[in-house]
Amino acid sequence: MEIQTVSSVKLLIALLVPLIGTLGVLFVGKNENVREGVSSAASIILFLIVASMIPTVLSGKILVYHLFTVLPGLTVTLRADGMSMIFAIVASSLWTIAVYYSLGYMRAHQEHAQTRFNACFALAIFGAIGVAFSDNLFTMYLFYEVVSVCTYPLVAHAQDKDGYAGAQKYIVYLTTTAKLFLLPALILIYVLTGTLDFPHNISEGLFTGDTKSWIIIMLYIFCLFGFAKNGVMPFHHWLPGAMVAPTPVSALLHAVAVVKVGVFCTTRTMLYVFGVDTMHALNLGIPTAYFVGFTVIAASVLALSKDNLKERLAYSTISQLSYIILGVALLTPAGIDGGLIHIVNHAFSKITLFFCAGAIMIAHHKKDLSEMGGLGKSMPITFACFFVASLSMIGAPPVAGFVTKWNLLVGSIQANQVGILLILIASTMLNVGYFAPVTYKAFFGKRPEGETYQGIQEAPLSMLIPIVIACTISVLIGIFPNFMMQFVRAVTG
Amino acid sequence: MDQLLINPDYPHILSTLIFLPLAGALLLLFVRNEDFSRYWALGITTLTGILSIPLLKAFDPTTSKFQFVERMDWVHSLNIQYVVGVDGISILLVMLTTLIMPLCVLASWTYIKTRVQAFMVCLLIMECAMLGVFMALDFVLFYILWEAMLIPMYMLIAIWGGPRKIYASIKFFLYTLAGSVMLLVAIIWLYIHNGYSFFIPDMMWQNYSSTTQILLFLAFFLAFAIKVPMFPFHTWLPAAHVEAPTAGSVILASVLLKMGTYGFLRFAIPITPEATMTLAPAILWLSIAGIIYGGFTALAQSDMKKLIAYSSVGHMGFVTLGIFVLNTRGVEGAILQMINHGITTGALFLCIGMIYERTHSRELRDATGVGKYMPIYVTFLTFFSLSSFGFPATNSFVGEFMILAGTFKHSIWLALAAIPGAVLAAAYMLRMLQKIVWGGTDNPDQSWLTDLNVREICVLAPFLFFVFWIGLGAQPFIDLIHVSVANLLDSYNAFHGHAVAAADLLIH
Repeated sequence: MEIQTVSSVKLLIALLVPLIGTLGVLFVGKNENVREGVSSAASIILFLIVASMIPTVLSGKILVYHLFTVLPGLTVTLRADGMSMIFAIVASSLWTIAVYYSLGYMRAHQEHAQTRFNACFALAIFGAIGVAFSDNLFTMYLFYEVVSVCTYPLVAHAQDKDGYAGAQKYIVYLTTTAKLFLLPALILIYVLTGTLDFPHNISEGLFTGDTKSWIIIMLYIFCLFGFAKNGVMPFHHWLPGAMVAPTPVSALLHAVAVVKVGVFCTTRTMLYVFGVDTMHALNLGIPTAYFVGFTVIAASVLALSKDNLKERLAYSTISQLSYIILGVALLTPAGIDGGLIHIVNHAFSKITLFFCAGAIMIAHHKKDLSEMGGLGKSMPITFACFFVASLSMIGAPPVAGFVTKWNLLVGSIQANQVGILLILIASTMLNVGYFAPVTYKAFFGKRPEGETYQGIQEAPLSMLIPIVIACTISVLIGIFPNFMMQFVRAVTG
Repeated sequence: MDQLLINPDYPHILSTLIFLPLAGALLLLFVRNEDFSRYWALGITTLTGILSIPLLKAFDPTTSKFQFVERMDWVHSLNIQYVVGVDGISILLVMLTTLIMPLCVLASWTYIKTRVQAFMVCLLIMECAMLGVFMALDFVLFYILWEAMLIPMYMLIAIWGGPRKIYASIKFFLYTLAGSVMLLVAIIWLYIHNGYSFFIPDMMWQNYSSTTQILLFLAFFLAFAIKVPMFPFHTWLPAAHVEAPTAGSVILASVLLKMGTYGFLRFAIPITPEATMTLAPAILWLSIAGIIYGGFTALAQSDMKKLIAYSSVGHMGFVTLGIFVLNTRGVEGAILQMINHGITTGALFLCIGMIYERTHSRELRDATGVGKYMPIYVTFLTFFSLSSFGFPATNSFVGEFMILAGTFKHSIWLALAAIPGAVLAAAYMLRMLQKIVWGGTDNPDQSWLTDLNVREICVLAPFLFFVFWIGLGAQPFIDLIHVSVANLLDSYNAFHGHAVAAADLLIH
């Protein structure tokens, strides 16, 4: 094995920073400014630690840190390789931005229980970083469940009827699928192979030749549905339900941390537990691509019918998440590249869109698109950013989404799948269909009757600046895709 | 006897552990002072706990023989002996008992307001009997202690219990007694056919005829299945749990239920291996029925204690499942899960008791939305609830993982049939947790509630420590039990003259 592993305590520190941040937030909860200072400091420290790992990983090494041995072959171990870094960089950098945004949002909204909110927010990042740095399926499952439990208070934040109903749906979907599918898959893989540790490359997987193929196929299906945070239909319904959460939660968690935990776990399992060779041998890739292709199209169609902006974005998320799985399932170099890079591209663009939705909520107190006609003149920066980010969703150059779409299209041609190509083109059309009208109506549409928009102006700067930063990054990673592509290449080799 | 090891460094440690609480109870009878009773009981149980630590240190995990053995004649004419010893199967249960008891005393500090001295006497006698049951190697000694436990437990429920205490205590008493009667018949049969000896190790791995084995096994099964309790012999449990005072519930859940599963391992499998093999499939599916039934019933409860009681039926179903798949992973997981259930369910009953002390209600709706006012309490409750439904990195996950791994080795379908039980466990625990921490939009006013005091935190903290210790590093615990389990299964397989690998249809 030419890949070198290095033991590094940085991984543990990266994991502990959000956890200590949580405790700090709870400890100083009464003093608002100090509390937000703690959150912010934790997010910046985390980002710096993650950034400090970049050179080592890019030099082709893998960082490892062993924590606990529960049973032989069942350990809590952390690792940082190319794939971990993709997600870790996204989660940690966006946390720094989201801290400021949520500060502005929560104060402008005069939300209750802000200490609990901040604590759970940090705890969710703790889970997401844990997932990113997992070295084996057990560690990943552990942090996956941590994320499920820690985000419940965020979804139920409003503590009204809708909040509780949405949160209930959220936790029921996520824990049921995890227990019903993941738990048996985890145990059976352990029984069959005696280990849950990810190998160092994407080709070999864990299974040896003498495992019956129907069992592997069953396990594969269990893993695909078990990580229900990936939003693949039919277990997607928790995501629109979770939109009752405050907008910063929808932005960071339901566009970045939580859903990306889902797709990250799914793709990590596909590549490192089953492996490209086994997936080829059992012909698992293309059927998966078509299966999630259905989600891509169906969710886009549903998004068209939603008037509530956050719901429309939620269905768009469901659709875009399946792009990632679709790309990896093609099992061609360009397909895997396109899928994995979309973890990054979608994150920056979608968080911009949600940030904009939140800014509109604060400035205008409206959630429905039909009430936003002509609003662009009062909030030009917000809607301009919204427009740029929606271009990314559509996949137009030079914004980030174009890189994804290019790779996916190349990947589908490499795999000789015209059907997938058609799905991608159709979904692009649908994306235009549900995103273009938002900005068009905002700038050129008529005001709703009796609406004057008097006194409405851009949201506070603490919200506007994060919007502009996230939007700018979406453009930058579209123009300079190579920085993040390095990590993807480290995965595909 | 070659199965027995006497440890010269600690020649009388087991007897000390058994008789110290009894002596404490007898002395306490002569004192009529409530505060003194509390401190005395706490002192005695803590001392017993401390004295049990050398047991763990000096225990030799490389042998399956009984260790720290003490042996002397008791009733010479009937060849009844006083023999005690521990092996890998019982050591952790002994340690669990000595750990739980001081915490039970501490948890009853203000909960019990009447007849404190009598209550503490009952607790101390319970401890003596429970420790004795796990250590006894003579069947008469075992049976006497097994029955002796009923009386203090009966009194705990009947005197300090809730409104329907008489019904619950009599039901508990009758059920357990009915089970034990057949056990006595089996003991006498074994006595006659083993050269008039009650010495348990001599009775194991003998070639009794098939019919005899089946009959013996059924006698054992009735006694132990009621104690576990296995579905459908469980109906005494919710009644007893609901009416018992907190300490009673904790003892019942943490230690008493384990005696059933301990009985299966100590008696049913070694004494009647052929019947075990014949009847194991039925027991496995009965375990699955218990897991599913317990889960659904728990989901429907509005009484918190009943909820935990039914969850015990489900959890103990996992334990019997692990035992009767009869492979190393399964049995080791089952023993570990016995300990885990003792820790987690014990802690949950303590948590419910702490709410009950404040609101005087066991109804879930009276305890809704306390999260805001009792943050320390709900933190503990959250961890114990997560542990109860097998959240990764907690103790129950490891137990369930091993049991299901063993079950998967045995039969993939059996294991898949048990999985809904894990889903249900998450459902009822999260439902309870959600209601207590958050509630809904119409919570009763809970602002008058006070959070846990130092004593209550001290009661719960050790449980939390073990939840994560076992959850993150179970290997030292498994090392203690491994050789004994391996020996049990080797003997079982040797008895049947074939390796259990034949049942391994998955790997090949």
